[in-house]
Amino acid sequence: MTTFAELLLNGISMGAVYALIALGFVIIFKASEVVNFAHASLLLAGGFITAKLHGSIGFWPALAAGIAGAAAVGCLVEFLVIRRSKAADHSVLAIATIGVDIVLATEIARHIGTDVLAMGDPWGDQVVRLGPVSISEARLAALLVAFVLIATFLLAFKHTGWGVAMRAAAEDGETAALMGVRLSRVSMSAWAVAGALAAVAALFLAVFPTPGLDKTTGMVALKAFPAAILGGLDSTTGALVGGLLIGVTEALMSGYQGDLSFLGRGIGDVAPFLVMLLVLLIRPAGLFGTRELTRV
Amino acid sequence: MSETSVSKRPPAKRPPAAGSAPRAFPTGVVVWAAVAAVAVAVPFYLDAFWLTAGMFAMSAAVGAIGINLLTGATGQLSMGHAFFLAVGAYGYVYFSAEPDGHLGGLGLPTPLAAVLAIALAGLAGGVFSPIAGRLKGAYLGIATLALIFLGQHVLFSAEPVTGGYNGRAVPPLELFGFSFSDETDLVVMGIPFGAPERLWYLGAVLLALAALFARGVLRDRPGRAMNTIRDHETAAGVMGVPVARYRAGVFVLSSMYGGLAGVMLALSFQRAVPDYFGVMLSLDYLAMIVIGGLGSVGGAVIGAVFVSLLPQVLTRYSDSMPLVAQPGESGFSPAEAARMLYGAAVVAVVLFLPGGLLGLASRIRASLAGRRPHPRNTRSSS
Repeated sequence: MTTFAELLLNGISMGAVYALIALGFVIIFKASEVVNFAHASLLLAGGFITAKLHGSIGFWPALAAGIAGAAAVGCLVEFLVIRRSKAADHSVLAIATIGVDIVLATEIARHIGTDVLAMGDPWGDQVVRLGPVSISEARLAALLVAFVLIATFLLAFKHTGWGVAMRAAAEDGETAALMGVRLSRVSMSAWAVAGALAAVAALFLAVFPTPGLDKTTGMVALKAFPAAILGGLDSTTGALVGGLLIGVTEALMSGYQGDLSFLGRGIGDVAPFLVMLLVLLIRPAGLFGTRELTRV
Repeated sequence: MSETSVSKRPPAKRPPAAGSAPRAFPTGVVVWAAVAAVAVAVPFYLDAFWLTAGMFAMSAAVGAIGINLLTGATGQLSMGHAFFLAVGAYGYVYFSAEPDGHLGGLGLPTPLAAVLAIALAGLAGGVFSPIAGRLKGAYLGIATLALIFLGQHVLFSAEPVTGGYNGRAVPPLELFGFSFSDETDLVVMGIPFGAPERLWYLGAVLLALAALFARGVLRDRPGRAMNTIRDHETAAGVMGVPVARYRAGVFVLSSMYGGLAGVMLALSFQRAVPDYFGVMLSLDYLAMIVIGGLGSVGGAVIGAVFVSLLPQVLTRYSDSMPLVAQPGESGFSPAEAARMLYGAAVVAVVLFLPGGLLGLASRIRASLAGRRPHPRNTRSSS
């Protein structure tokens, strides 16, 4: 039972991190209708900046720099690629972000090489005990930070002018533009927010129990894609639920993989994708996604 | 398909030969004959390195044609193509190899094994069709990511079939007693014909057949239906196109192309390693069709040649290239440089060259002929 509780708690914590990534993914999709395959390298960029700078300027400023850096990279991608594209079809834009991802990921991986970079976080490998259940401080921090960020974001999405503009643009871009919403600004801010969230996620993907940031950290971000899809690409609630679902499934399947050995080693890593396929079989638009209704 | 310039299938490695194939009959024949002649002549002039690279490019071209049917012509993004390549490659190995120690095998005749491997890839695509038929565009792209990760998991776990992490050797293809390997000596016009030379011809023939078939699909009724689904799903439904069935069907066809490409790759590598069939490979294939030109056979071939030969060229000539570092130096390794280049090429093509390299070729041809460019029915201009 204790094991189960620990796994559950760890799963929720990982899930919250996945939700951060998935949320960024969803915001970008809502604002510019692009499925952003470059998300993994936004994340890697944020993590890389934090890891490189913490030695010289301290952890918190480095984290701030990482967040700002990833946001800037996001803006840059939006400004240089997404905005310039005349392609009407959004699948083509999705492929363009794959190109961006290849370039960014190769460049960052080249700088990281075979190193595993420490993030210089204040949590280290301490463990907190909550009764019989123990969880590492870093995981607990991830949980708290992610929930604060997600709550802040959702409130802002509901109540601020920016949030209203964003929702209006997602609902009907043309009408929103006529009402004075600057679509380009909305789109760019979405990319910036997504980059910032990804940088925070990168931090928590690279702290204890993970040894540090290496060039495959971006691949871990790919697990957040199923989170976004199974929740529904155009739903922020969906990203949240999807992230948690995937985090918990992954933690449980990894934790009990001794009992699941008939499925092969490392089944936990593919668990997110199994969950996604199951959900998609039943609900092709995801759990909370808007179903497109076109009757013929 | 209103494209006028899909009529190339150059098994030759150099795109220039593919640059011209207008509709006029005599010129077409001349071009085809020239392409065929080049394909036949190449093994007599190039060394094994380039022949192997060529076979590699031709395998990639077959796979790229398959994914272009799906992504380019039907508008369904697939990130799972590497999985079908893996199914083809390992299917072939498993069906054809003799059981050896802990490695299983069926020991079937190799041509039969190749056909079965392609069928197996199609079957795998069919199993995925409940999802492939219902999801569209980028949604399907992410769903197919699952295939990659599940596939890798299976490849590493199913050691009796795949050989696990180290992979396993690929038995050479044997057709009517003729082996595509170095085992028997064969000298043609003073040139020793080893595995690379033999495989080159095999690759050229397979690519030609694959291209011809895909062109038939694209130009005829199914192709029109596929393009309509891509351009306007509802309109396609209104006109009586069974959208879900078409999507599932194209997915199966595309995975069979992937299977064939996998068999060809396995034959040319002579060893199949699970690590190779990862996300990066799938991204490579998407890069190929975007760079070459979406929705056409010629585009897929040009893109495949570009993307798969670029690293080879950079490796071969790294010492005489600026910015490309030698092993041990800091800077871009040839593989990195190639990735950066084609990543950037993908972005550049999407931004500036709708229609890809193929579109560029026909635009140049049109402006040389003093005509206005033909409005192309590529996705980006739709």
